[in-house]
This record gives sequence, structure tokens and C-alpha cells, in this order.
Amino acid sequence: MTVQEIGSPRRRSEDARLITGRTRWTDNMQPMGTLYVAFLRSPMAHARINAVDVSAAKARPNVVAVLTGADFADEQGSLPCAWPVTEDMKHPAHPPMAVDEVRYAGEPVACVVARDRYTAADALEDIDVDYEPLPAVTDMEEALREGADLVHEDLGTNKCYTWVYENGDLDAAMRDAPVVIERRYVQQRLIPTAMEPRAVLCVPEGDGFTVYSATQIPHILRLMLATVTGIPEHRLRVVAPDVGGGFGSKLQVYGEEVLCLLLARRLGRPVKWTESRSEGNMAVHHGRDQIQRLTLAAERDGRIRGLKVDLLADMGAYLMLVTPGVPLLGAFMFNGIYKMDAYSFTCTGVFTTKTPTDAYRGAGRPEATFAIERLMDELAAELGLDPIEVRRRNWIRHEEFPYETICGLTYDSGDYEAATDKALRLFEYDKLRAEQRDRRERRDPVQLGIGVSTYTEMCGLAPSRVLGSLSYGAGGWEHASVRVLPSGKVEVVTGSSAHGQGHETAWAQIAADRLGVPFEDVKVLHGDTAVSPKGMDTYGSRSLAVGGVALYGACDKVIEKAKKVAAHLLEADENDLEFSGGRFRVRGVPDGGRTLQEIAMAAFAAHDLPEGLEPSLDADLTFDPENFSFPHGTHLCAAEVDTETGMVRLRSYVAVDDVGKVVNPLIVEGQVHGGLAQGIAQALYEEAVYDEEGNLTTTTMADYLVPSAADLPEFVTDRTETPATSNPLGVKGVGEAGTIASTPAVVNAIVDALRPYGVRDVPMPCTPERVWRALRGEREPAGDARPGAAGGLGSAQGGDAR
Amino acid sequence: MIPATFDYARPGTVEEACAALAEAGEDAKVLAGGQSLMPLLRLRLAYPDALIDLDRVAALREIRDEDGALFIGAMATHHQVMRDPLVRAHAPLIAKATATVADPAVRHRGTFGGALAHADPAGDLPAVALALDATFLAVSAERGEREIAAADFFVDWMTSALEPDEILVGVRVPKLGAGWGVHYEKFHRTAQAWAIVGVACAVRRERGAVEAARVALTNMGPTPVRAAEVEDFIAGRTVSESSFREAGERAAAGTSPPGDLHGSSEYRAHLARVLTARALTAAASA
Repeated sequence: MTVQEIGSPRRRSEDARLITGRTRWTDNMQPMGTLYVAFLRSPMAHARINAVDVSAAKARPNVVAVLTGADFADEQGSLPCAWPVTEDMKHPAHPPMAVDEVRYAGEPVACVVARDRYTAADALEDIDVDYEPLPAVTDMEEALREGADLVHEDLGTNKCYTWVYENGDLDAAMRDAPVVIERRYVQQRLIPTAMEPRAVLCVPEGDGFTVYSATQIPHILRLMLATVTGIPEHRLRVVAPDVGGGFGSKLQVYGEEVLCLLLARRLGRPVKWTESRSEGNMAVHHGRDQIQRLTLAAERDGRIRGLKVDLLADMGAYLMLVTPGVPLLGAFMFNGIYKMDAYSFTCTGVFTTKTPTDAYRGAGRPEATFAIERLMDELAAELGLDPIEVRRRNWIRHEEFPYETICGLTYDSGDYEAATDKALRLFEYDKLRAEQRDRRERRDPVQLGIGVSTYTEMCGLAPSRVLGSLSYGAGGWEHASVRVLPSGKVEVVTGSSAHGQGHETAWAQIAADRLGVPFEDVKVLHGDTAVSPKGMDTYGSRSLAVGGVALYGACDKVIEKAKKVAAHLLEADENDLEFSGGRFRVRGVPDGGRTLQEIAMAAFAAHDLPEGLEPSLDADLTFDPENFSFPHGTHLCAAEVDTETGMVRLRSYVAVDDVGKVVNPLIVEGQVHGGLAQGIAQALYEEAVYDEEGNLTTTTMADYLVPSAADLPEFVTDRTETPATSNPLGVKGVGEAGTIASTPAVVNAIVDALRPYGVRDVPMPCTPERVWRALRGEREPAGDARPGAAGGLGSAQGGDAR
Repeated sequence: MIPATFDYARPGTVEEACAALAEAGEDAKVLAGGQSLMPLLRLRLAYPDALIDLDRVAALREIRDEDGALFIGAMATHHQVMRDPLVRAHAPLIAKATATVADPAVRHRGTFGGALAHADPAGDLPAVALALDATFLAVSAERGEREIAAADFFVDWMTSALEPDEILVGVRVPKLGAGWGVHYEKFHRTAQAWAIVGVACAVRRERGAVEAARVALTNMGPTPVRAAEVEDFIAGRTVSESSFREAGERAAAGTSPPGDLHGSSEYRAHLARVLTARALTAAASA
């Protein structure tokens, strides 16, 4: 029996319990005596806290405690930032609960602990805070002007850092360049919208605490909670039970996690906090929010000479776990798949009185990919070339790999030609171009546009030495262990922390495939620091490319050990044994041999083991990758744009991705679909909007539009397979590819449709009104766009709905 | 989010419901499916003292034929309304517009009367009721029954003509006779989003001309608005794209469209003109 689990499109074994919710969501857990926490949040962007009166709230029946920032001041410490990107980076203190000043709307200022969550919510309304308003700082360019209002008075500036990377002679590249394209693109602020809002449950147990949290990073969280609170690390156990998505938003050490732990310590009782969606929109870290100033110099034949990137990146009010580093993850990606002689990247981080930003699906790479892919289309238009042709003239050809890019990365493998050819065929590119010409000639009110995105990205975070060279606070390895239990069943422990990716299925497939045991015989354990002794957790499309590879290696070590036992039991030489289908046989002797299960029992009993071999059949391995992995692909989008209303309808979308070897094609497909939805959402729907006073106006899903399946076209997905050479599995990672690739594909399609009308950009999200205004040569809506004026739920916030 | 405390009653008959509402006083709210009210409660944007839940008042779910009119019970769910053979035959505009309301889950809980009494200018059904000259039947414990014309029912932003002690029991919709074509043109950014602008339209054709048209607009002011200038202009004109376009140009006249994150008032006015022309065209060819 040969088991071909790797590559098999198995349905995910964890889905039934996740979809029905009959599982260990943090909020489902209810230890005896649990108290409930609710946070009062600042309704202002920036204000001094003169006084907080909690007496009325305290007097309410069933309220156990009401605490303010002042009450926590001595013990709450400062939330960590693990990525000091420059030596002179400004790093303000970030108390989990504001003590004397609030710097973004949504910052916690007080909390109620009550015997039930209804009382906790009611008591919040009894708290009276005396705020003295301070100026809101909402515009990054304004914030950098001399004499600007300051977010942190004591820093004396709103500039957090300036980080520079240069390679090649940019001046020479720009000098006398036949074609120079200058653009300013805005990556709007986005709110990561995980299906499961955040939730924390802290339980005092013995001489320590167990922290259950809807987090992507139980291992990192444990270390950070210990550092912030002073509770020794070995007295803390952190569990990420089933977690319903994160997209980077749960790659964080949140104030609420720290405060719940402090409350559990103070009260000696389990305390739980569960976030509401509106609360989350304000207080979950946000993503993107960059202003990109770009200059591309090229030859007349379309060949790129050089690229200059000048970024402003909104940090928000404070630096969180990797806030300053996120834009720098894009620094190495602005060249995309193209060759060029010179490159210069400058990023200035800016403080504003808004929710802090941090990693959001793609983290730095979507911004970079958007910029270069939009520029390639603009270059094509400038030169009158087909956008595919301009790309062909610049991309790294498949025979040129491995290729060291202008950004200093070594792309190990890729075949851009193959992915593009396949995508063009599936898309029926020529036919759609013909239809586009026809609609243009007919002056059809509905115009057709075609958008191209030939992307690559870096994932498999990350070689520890590279992270060290970038001043990041940790390494990028991952750990796995494999235990073949006495009965022959297998337990796999991974340091990677699943929150929707399907680890339990994919990891079981890898183990079953390597060990030759049935898929059903493998159990995957994760997300609990008491179970998984070490790990670097899940983000940056690293699970399979680092954690999966660690598991692959651990399986090999198990087989190696088992082989020694088998040789001993079969009285054969190890070199004469072969292992397949879960059985060791003497080469050339098809019958007999020993199964892995038999060897596991023998290793457990340990009655008769080879000299010096430790009992039990298990192994572990920590894998630190030598290089990143570089998925790539070609995405093509056809968009119909109604020139009378500005409405955009995506007609077809083809995604051909090369994510290397695939463990489970069904999971890959799911990742691509979800990724496309999120990337398309940035192009068309989502934007966190602040008013001039710094109030977030998109606090509900009526105002912050997240598309559903009904809003998306039927995706055509396919793959090419160029294995990664940097790991033995040949895998690259697929968690973010769809998001990274799709945003520019969609915007390119919209601009392509409208080019005959003189439109060369539409700001994101490309709402119908923005498209309509772009057609009229205007940029932004008139100033009457305020939330709450029209009907619908969102508008209810503007009026009295009683 | 968690609603503030409220009293709750779940009567079984209209009489019991009226009595409960009268007793609960001015700050009570009628719960009729809860698809709009519950989010307001959970966001703590509404703080009623009491909810009178009509879910158990089976009599209010009835849809019946009353000769020249249909009577649609207030508690008929959207799902029930859009599939009802009487509605589809005699008030197809209601069936079409109802099918665009939110999503299947909401349509199974939300009710026809609840959506109308909520009087949200972004709701789809108020404009439809206005276009069809529906009559609203209200009842109170103290004063008994009364009829309210659609034109008088929508008073202001989320405010209907219902008195605090009145319950909407149903809506009488005159049947559209032969020769009428209908269309509801809804413009929204995502399938589950409210209309930025909507146009409810019924057109009666005779011998290549428009004999009469009824047009009402969603989300073009604090209440649904009848586009009277459009109706006057198009009546008697030949069925043609250009006449519909010219009629559409008059759609924003007399409206006061709001501006919000999804569209400025200028853009809404523009949309009303374009969409009205489209709705007329579609209704005339339906």
C-alpha cells in the first residue's frame, strides 16, 4: 500500500467543528466563577484625561471592580514593539490602558469587571470621564510640517523614523531617461476583519496563570506577557484554542490581553473579555495606510532603468508589535519580478492620532506589488505597448534563476513565462481585447477594461540571520515533533499556530505520507505552550514553508530511528532495508519485514533495542530556512465599468499561481479564493474613514463594506509548479498571494477601461462615486460626505433612532 | 454588543398586543422580526423600555385577496411575500423589490410591516408602497382602527405616522391591472448593503405610449419621495429611450438627497436621474 497523501485534495478534517462553532472558541469557554470585563474607550482622537469618576459604576449591583489607567499605572508596563527599525527611531511608551492622555478614538480608559456581561456593559455608561480635547493629527503630510500639532508632545516630532535602502546609481538611471513616470498612490487604511473577534480568558491556576486568547502567536505572546507584566514566563501558559481567522490582526500583543491577565491576578478569579465588532473596528490594529511617491525611469523600448520609492507610512498613535517594520517588508519587493539597474527606497514612519497600524494580510508586499504593477501598466500606456509585452521585456527569464534582485534578495526559482502563458489562455485575452476595442468604438456606456498583475512575493518568514540584520527582535525558525505512540498512532506537535489555515489536515497529510500510516491515525496538536514547547507561530505565509518543512524533517528522523530498530529486529544491515507503505523490508524480500507500528511498540517496550538507542519512537526538528520563498503568478481581471454611474462589475478573473509543490490543492484553492476576495476588497470596497476630528466613522459593517461571495465573480484558478529550491518539500506558501496580486489587477482593469476618457488613476477603494468623479476629471467627493446622514444602519449613528 | 435592559411581552393576538403596547407607554417599541431594531438595540442606539414582540400573532401573517386590492399582513416575512402567488400576480413590484432586501437569512426573519413601520428612507419597501398608493391599517387599544395613506405614512427620517400606542396590522395594495410593467432599480455597492438610491417604478403602456407612470425614490431624502415631475412628464409620451432619459432628468427635482460615505448628495441626485431612466425603460419593457 503506497499512500500518496501529499498532493491529495482532502477535505479539511477540522471544518465541521469550526463551521458549527461547537468547539473551543475562547468565548465558548466558561470556567466556574468567571467574571466579565468590558472596556470603556475614548470617544475622542486626542485628549487629556482630567478625571475619571467611577463611583456610580461601582455602586451598580453585580459590579465587582471598576478600574482606570491610574489604577494600573504601576503594573501595566508598556506594550512591546519588537522591531526597532533604526537606532534613532522614536518609541513612545504605550500603556495598555491610557493614564493621562488618549491618542486615538477607541483607546481603553477604564474597565468594568462584573458577574455578567450585561451588567458590565450597563456599568460602562455610568463612568464619567472629564476629557480636555487636544488637537487631532489626522494627515501624515500635515503632521510632518514644521509646527504641526504633536501626537506625543514629549517626542517633539511626529516623525517616527526614516529608513533608507539604495542599490545602483539611481541618479544615472534617472538622468536623461527617455521615459519618466511619476505617480502618487495612496494605500488606504484597512481594518482586518476576522470572522471571530478578539477574546481573552485569563485563569489563575496554581502558582501561575493560563491565558486563553484568540491569537495567532501563543508562543510570542507568552514571552511578551511575561516581559510586560513581570510574571515569570514559566508561570504562564498561553493557549490559542480554535481561532477564527486573524489576517495579521492577531499577530499582536494587545492591551486587553495584558489587562485581563492583571485583573485575574488582582481578583484571583477567571476573567473574560470578548470584543464586539464595532469595538474591534476601532481597537484591532489597522493595516496599510501609506502614501507612495514613485518615480520610474525607462528606455523607449520599455526596459526599466530605475525606480525611486518615497513612502510615508502611518504608524497610528503608538508602535505595536511590528508596526514600524511592516512597510519595510515591502522595501524588498518594489522591483517585483523585474530587472533594473538602480533602486532607491525611503520610508518615513509618521505618528497620527489614529488606531495603530500593523501587519495585515501581505504586510508590505501588497503595497509594493500594487505600486510596481500599476506603474507597469502606466509605462505600457505611455509607450503604447501591450501591458503584457512591457512586462515580458523586463521580467527575469526562467533560465536566469537563481537571480539576485536589485533589492538584494535571491529569487531561487520561478517561471513567469509559463504562468503568464497559461493565464492568457484561460482568460481568452485576445478575445477580450477585441471586445474592448468594439465597445470603445461603439462608445458603449459600459466599457471593458483588462487588468494585469504579474506578481511575486516573499514568504516563508524567515531566515533568522536576515531578521537579525533587520534588527527584528526574534528569529524565523519553526519547530515540529512527531511521536509514534505505542499503539502505532501518531501525534504531531507543531509550533505553527493554526487559525483557519487547515494545519490539522495538511500536517496530518505530510506525516501520513512520510510515515506511511493512515491519515486518520495522525493527530495534530498546536496552539498551546504547554503542549507545543517551542514555536514562532503563524504569519507571513510561513506555516508550510517553515513549519511544514520542520515536520517533514522530523518525520525523516523518526524513520531513521525506526530503521535502526527494524534492522536490529530483522537481523539485517540498515543499508539493506527499504521503507515504503509504512513497512521496513529487506531489499529484494517482498514478504515479512516490520511495520512502523510494530517498531513503535518495540521502541516503547524497549526490551530489545540496538545498543545506545533511546526508548520510544519520536523525534523533533527545528528548521531555520536559508532563504525566503518566492511564490509568483499572473492574474488577469476583466472589469466592466458603467460610465454613467461609475459602478464596476468584475466580469472574469483568472489567477494562475505558482506556489511550488502543493500538499493539499483544495486548501491552496481556498487560500487563493479568500486572498482574492480580500485584495479585491481593497480595490473596490474597504476603507477605514476618519473625520477631521479623528473619529473613526466606519465602525460597523454597514459603513465598512466587506464583500461576500455574492459580490465576487467566479474565479478561474490554476497553477504552475516550479518547486522552491530552498527547502526539501519544494513548497513556497500561499496565504497571502491572492491578496497581494489581486488589488493592482482590479485597479489596472478599471483604469484600462477608462483610459480613452483621459483617466489614469482612481483612488482606492474605487467606489462608484470615485469612478464617476474620475470620469469628470475630479478627484474626491464634495465635502458633504458625512456618515449618518442617509438611511440604513450606518446612518442610525448620526441621528436619534428612538 | 449588548442591549440595555428592557421589558418583553409576546402576545398572541392583536388585541393583546394593543393592550400590552398601551400599557408599556411611550418608550415601548414593537418588535416585528427584529432585523432593523435588534442591531439598533445592540449598538445601544435605541433604548426602548419595553418590546412588544408580534412574532406569535399568527393572524398578522396572512396575505389575502380583497377584490380590487391585496391585503398583506404586517408580519408576513419578506421570504413569504416574495414567493406569494397573489403578490406575484397583483403586486409584482413588491415581489421584485422584496427579493433585493438584504440576504436570505434576513428575509426569513424580517417582515413586510416591520420594514415599513421602521420608515428607513434607505429601505426598499417604503418607496414601493408609496409608488403603489398603498393604504396602511393601524390599530390601537384606545381608538381602534384607522387607515393612513402611503403619502401620509412616512413623516420624517425613521418616523412614521403611527402613534406610540398604534400597531401596523397590514397594508392594502391596489391591484395593478393589465398593461402595467414594473421594475425596482436598486443601486448598492455590495449585495447586502442598503440602496444608495433606489427607484420603484410602474408603467402602464397603451399603443406604444406611456399612459401613466408611478415613480418613487429610495434614499433621496428623509422619507421616500414620489417623483411627481417624472410622472407628469412621461404620461402620454411615446415609449422611447429618449423620452425616458428626458423624464429621468427630472427625477431629482424637489428631493433633498443626503450625503454619506457611500455617496454625496450631488452623486445621489445624478444617480436618481440615470436610474429613473433605466427603471422606466425596464418597466416599460417588462
